[in-house]
Amino acid sequence: MYKILFSLFLSSPLLATELPESRQKELKNLLKHDCGSCHGLTLKGGLGPSLLAADLQNKSNEFLVDTIQNGRKGTAMPPWKPFLNKDETRWLVQLLKNQS
Amino acid sequence: MRFTYLFICLLYSQISLAELRGTGDLGLIIEREPAAVQIISTSTQTSLSHITGLGDLSHASVVYSRDARYAFIFGRDGGLSKIDLLKNKIDKRIIQAGNSIGGAISQDGKLIAVSNYQPGGVKVFSSETLELIADIPATYAPNKRSKVVGLVDAPGQKFIFSLFDANEIWILDLQEPQKPKIQKFSNIGKQPYDALLSPDGRYYIAGLFADNGLALLDLWSPEKGVKRILPDYGKQDEKLPVYKMPHLEGWAAAGNLMFIPAIGQHEVLVIEQSTWQLIKRIPVLGQPVFVMARPDGRQVWVNCAFPDNGNLQVIDVKDLSVKKHLQPGKAVLHMEFTPRGEHVWVSARDDNRVLIYDTQSFKEIKRLPAKKPSGIFFSSRAHKMGL
Ligand code: HEC
Repeated sequence: MYKILFSLFLSSPLLATELPESRQKELKNLLKHDCGSCHGLTLKGGLGPSLLAADLQNKSNEFLVDTIQNGRKGTAMPPWKPFLNKDETRWLVQLLKNQS
Repeated sequence: MRFTYLFICLLYSQISLAELRGTGDLGLIIEREPAAVQIISTSTQTSLSHITGLGDLSHASVVYSRDARYAFIFGRDGGLSKIDLLKNKIDKRIIQAGNSIGGAISQDGKLIAVSNYQPGGVKVFSSETLELIADIPATYAPNKRSKVVGLVDAPGQKFIFSLFDANEIWILDLQEPQKPKIQKFSNIGKQPYDALLSPDGRYYIAGLFADNGLALLDLWSPEKGVKRILPDYGKQDEKLPVYKMPHLEGWAAAGNLMFIPAIGQHEVLVIEQSTWQLIKRIPVLGQPVFVMARPDGRQVWVNCAFPDNGNLQVIDVKDLSVKKHLQPGKAVLHMEFTPRGEHVWVSARDDNRVLIYDTQSFKEIKRLPAKKPSGIFFSSRAHKMGL
């Protein structure tokens, strides 16, 4: 576990920007409940697709960050830019990809 | 000796009296995070018990058996749980799909239908035993199944629902449960996301996420097909992002007016029934989610989607304008009126509480603690069609 975390730390510049504890907590709540209203509380999917790690592995971080920041036109996925800056969005993508 | 005997008799009669009770003033509060429900009484305004072990209850909804003793809870994870309100326990529980969105109970109370996202379709169960009676895959092209939304019960042992991915409305006739009959309407409009039924069971209206207006089906004349109402609504306005899908739960109607959340606009739409014309657009503080009429139809209460979800606004139907603005707490998810509307119960998810308001004075009467409360469902729903 530590090893994985450590190697992530090395390989990913994304984690370099650590968010304050309180903001992390807010984002986790947002993910669970507000993203969860479309993607399911456990993120297994709802109106929106599953956001489980296994289902996101093949998609690049940049692509996912872009989807979250700007939404997807013509679909129900809204843009979250007004509420999440890029670092926060990257942090969320990491969280999603590393959840077990 | 005689006294002891008397005393014991008294004691017994007290106990049996305490055991006898009705369920007409009971209800459930869904607690999302521990995936639990609280059984509450609207008379004593207290929580009577707590039931856990119900799976993923994000987006859970509830219908009641016609004797109002049992509640059927539809969970996001495909769980269907039957709760005994008198024994405070789970009577039966099954996992019937991978991902579900809601359900309904048939006119005769014998069938429970569940609408599923994954695998897309409707499953019908015995309300008694929860055994499977009919399985209706929402197949609209080879190997393609749609997510099913807006499932309601309708007169004549029917269920009506919409296919989000296929732009269809289906009528499922279960007069003979072993031989389900299906009538399909296609090209009803893009991405129906939810629907509602008029209280008399005549009109089914689906909201369209990716199209203008609403899809209307007159169940008295299904041969006339699905018609688009308000086709020009919102055409020229830029669509605002929707952070939570509105719910078309219940028919917020007062007289011949009907109130519907706009989608992509921060407005409640007032529509005249029969002509289906837009009478007024009432601005509200955010994307409306629930637009619910007090049972007497004098007021319409509106909550909003993220990020405006701390607000609750009350429209006075007399002059079609917002009369009151309340801020019950963080993330106001749902409200439910007592059967005759003197009180409304409101859930504030991120404040972990449920608030009870007097709908006349708008005064807060009481707060009950609840863990991440979402939906609130009273047993008076047992006798209403289309919920
Ligand atoms: C109103 C509904 C809704 C909400 C709320 C919502 N999403 Fe989505 N999301 C969707 C839909 C629908 C799609 C699929 C879009 C498509 O068809 O391409 C999607 C797609 C995505 C994808 C791309 C998945 C993939 O496999 O390509 C990601 C990542 C995502 N959402 C993250 C989030 C996050 C994070 C939040 C909360 C901050 C969120 N979503 C909130 C509806 C929603």
